[in-house]
Amino acid sequence: MIFGLPVISVAIWLPIIFGVLVLATGDDKNAPLARNLALLGSILGFLVTLPLYSGFNITTSAMQFEELHNWIPLFSIHYHLGVDGISMLFILLNSLFTPLVVLAGWKVIDKRVAQYMAAFLIMSGIVNGVFAALDAILFYVFWEAMLIPMFIIIGVWGGPNRIYATMKFFLYTLLGSLLMLVALLYLYRQTGGSFEILDFHHVGLTMTAQILIFIAFFFAFAVKVPMFPVHTWLPDAHVEAPTGGSVVLAAIMLKVGAYGFLRFSMPITPDASHKLAGVMIALSLIAIVYIGLVALKQSDMKKLVAYSSISHMGFVTLGFFIFNAYGMEGALMQMISHGFVAGALFLCIGVLYDRVHSREISAYGGVANKMPVFAAFFMLFAMANSGLPGTSAFVGEFMVIMGAIKVNFWYAFAAASTLIFGAAYTLWMYKRVIFGAVANHHVAELSDINLREKIIFTLLAIFVLGMGIYPLPFSEILHVSVNDLLEHVAHSKLIY
Amino acid sequence: MNLMANLMPVAAEIFLLCMVCTILIVDLLLTQHGKFWTYLLVQITLLGCAAITVYTHVDGVVYAFNKMYVDDLMSDVLKLMSYLGVAMMLVYSRQYLLVRGLFTGEFMVLALFALLGMNVMISANHFLTLYLGLELLSLSLYAMVALQRDSATATEAAMKYFVLGALASGLLLYGMSMLYGATGTLELGAIKDAITHGVTNKALLTFGLVFIVSGLSFKLGVVPFHMWVPDVYHGAPTAMTMFIGSVPKLAAFAFVARILVEGLQPLVHDWASMLMILAIASMALGNLSAIAQTNMKRMFAYSTITHMGFLLLGFISGGVEGYGASMFYAVTYVLMSLGGFGMIMLLSRAGFEADNLSDFKGLNQRSPWLAFMMMLLMFSMAGVPPTVGFYAKLSVLNAVVVAGYTWLAVVAVLLSLIGAFYYLRIVKLMYFDAPESHEKIHLSPDSAVLISFNGLGVLALGMMPGMLMAICAAAVQYSLLLR
Repeated sequence: MIFGLPVISVAIWLPIIFGVLVLATGDDKNAPLARNLALLGSILGFLVTLPLYSGFNITTSAMQFEELHNWIPLFSIHYHLGVDGISMLFILLNSLFTPLVVLAGWKVIDKRVAQYMAAFLIMSGIVNGVFAALDAILFYVFWEAMLIPMFIIIGVWGGPNRIYATMKFFLYTLLGSLLMLVALLYLYRQTGGSFEILDFHHVGLTMTAQILIFIAFFFAFAVKVPMFPVHTWLPDAHVEAPTGGSVVLAAIMLKVGAYGFLRFSMPITPDASHKLAGVMIALSLIAIVYIGLVALKQSDMKKLVAYSSISHMGFVTLGFFIFNAYGMEGALMQMISHGFVAGALFLCIGVLYDRVHSREISAYGGVANKMPVFAAFFMLFAMANSGLPGTSAFVGEFMVIMGAIKVNFWYAFAAASTLIFGAAYTLWMYKRVIFGAVANHHVAELSDINLREKIIFTLLAIFVLGMGIYPLPFSEILHVSVNDLLEHVAHSKLIY
Repeated sequence: MNLMANLMPVAAEIFLLCMVCTILIVDLLLTQHGKFWTYLLVQITLLGCAAITVYTHVDGVVYAFNKMYVDDLMSDVLKLMSYLGVAMMLVYSRQYLLVRGLFTGEFMVLALFALLGMNVMISANHFLTLYLGLELLSLSLYAMVALQRDSATATEAAMKYFVLGALASGLLLYGMSMLYGATGTLELGAIKDAITHGVTNKALLTFGLVFIVSGLSFKLGVVPFHMWVPDVYHGAPTAMTMFIGSVPKLAAFAFVARILVEGLQPLVHDWASMLMILAIASMALGNLSAIAQTNMKRMFAYSTITHMGFLLLGFISGGVEGYGASMFYAVTYVLMSLGGFGMIMLLSRAGFEADNLSDFKGLNQRSPWLAFMMMLLMFSMAGVPPTVGFYAKLSVLNAVVVAGYTWLAVVAVLLSLIGAFYYLRIVKLMYFDAPESHEKIHLSPDSAVLISFNGLGVLALGMMPGMLMAICAAAVQYSLLLR
């Protein structure tokens, strides 16, 4: 409770209310007010989520901080919120990124500032809702509503090809979501009139039904993750999105899809999950290896990091579908870590782009001469992206590989190749951009990062290193929920 | 049954008729500048009708005039929504019609006559009453479309509307006569009994049903009886298009519900399979054709076809879920379509129709608030939460799945994905493109308030849809299923 209000509801609605207030500041005459209000809202939005961490009970897998109210009695749809070990960290992660994104867009965004800031605040609240919803329709509402601000963000403030990218993004994700909706309605019928996600977990289903539901969920979640072969929207969306948009996409949006697998696909259709695990693992490995190779040849920095994200998310889905505790916990750690690392890398690229207005690697060279502090931070995040021990990314990747080797040596072998490819594409890019002689007059005119940017990067660096060196505070939260989920998935719920 | 008991259920219609006649006379005495008083009188009439409808509401089903007329919860809800819809339509179109010299007494009187027709349709329990209401509505609409005499397109639209509408009425009458031949009665309840007890000629009955469904489809504008819709929507002055495209859909819902669900319930397997083909064809053709349109009104026409197809899905599913979902869909559709056409009229000015897609370019730069409202309306039409359009789609899909047609739900969502594209395109034009003209938008305060009310209403109903859903379900439950 915060001032007598339930924590999760505050975490959802406070950013949205601030978003509306920011929107109300109107046109760009009031831009400073909009910026400050947005920063205040986003910081408050983060602070109100802290009780979730401090008050969290790590010894149970039950839902905590639950809120349950009638919403649409006719269909027994409830306003039902709650978090467990799997979802709680993502709410924190999301709320932490909102102030960073606001700060990142502080100077760069100079047209329609209020709308930009408001879109991010509103989205932040909605995403918290996605992670906290325990009613399928409530989940779906948040899930779809998330698309609207993102659609606007990419379309209005994005790069030259933004309209194509945002349309592709919206329609791709909508296709998946609509099929999921049908699956949810089917489950509603099977449970005899309940939209509770936890009730869905216990309803018996035939194999055919399970497989069809799994496929429907797969469309919804795989598109968001994104998994090979439905990943093609991501490079477009990332490249065209403004920096803040890329950060949110990478750090938060991709996690939503993976979260869906854990909350819906696996516990609702365990038998289909086992049956189709081979396919999922194959797709994950293709993402890891093939997309890793694709990343190697990118000449656009944002595209490179986008492909690297897909490759890293392959680790996540691999970890899920090998069905052991190492794999799943590793995957969740990888999700959190990837949020920090990919978010940080996009911010780094944003810093360069703001100054030079090019994302091409060839437009740079010798940046270290002009921006030593920035080069140091960039170095750290690049190392983290290639999975260096001591950084957050190592923990997750290592655990997933450990989990995979228990199942099949070759899975682990293929997955481990990412340590080479990841290092290759990230460090090669880093070398070409940062080292060498000063390439051109743009680079020569560069000035190092200012205090605002230093604050952002320092914060992220603390998390990247902290999580790498001492991951326990993160993993202990996951532990009980993950074990419980695995146990649930191990039991068949087949009916004939 | 004494006279009062007969008159109470029709009190609102009697009041409406008296007021229409009064307004007709009063209007003659007013100069062109005094038309505002007619307008005010019309709005007061609507308010009065609403008060009477609420006041004469009784629980349960009340018949009047030898079961020719029925007053139940469904009819009261639909009538109240119709009053609201007509009132909104008049507010939206006042400025638009004023600058075009169409803000005449005739327009308002015709609108009220159409409303009277709708009320009769909504409350009809007999083929004759039903037909009477339908013709009163249709004739008023034909005249309204033709009101702009000097416009060739409007005249053409009126002509098309009239000829095809008359054809549809003919089909309907033919079907009714066959049913009469088969069952020996025109009263809906009696028809149902006659069919249930099996003393009917099955072949005649089926033929009658085919004609009835064709006639209904014409009026709803579903594929393959949709040809008139785009041309009429496009050709008519926007205010009239708004009227045709919004409130009568409520009456159309009642029309289908009364005939098919009340009267021909025993033939449900026959008509449900017919409706299924019509619904799928409408959703497919409507969505695909809408993509190709460059004119807003034509696009809305195809979108209406799609929405009517979706509405039919509820009828196919049956039960409280199905019929209730259809009713909810109809009500929300009216709200959305009023807003959509209202926006076109708000952006129009003397000598300029904002009915091309390109007229919406860069609206966010010209007026962020209007763009935001339009965005809400478009997302609602596309069925994206948290707007009410989503819940309309949700309840229909839910009914479809509960009825066991999961494949149909999949088809419906895939087709509505196509639909999402052209609604998104409007949002894209408003937010991502640069404006073509920087002409200042002159908003009259009443319609500016109304569009805000409309847009935010779509959002608020999306946040709290439970109430309206429950009302629709209750209306259907008491009126259609508990007979």
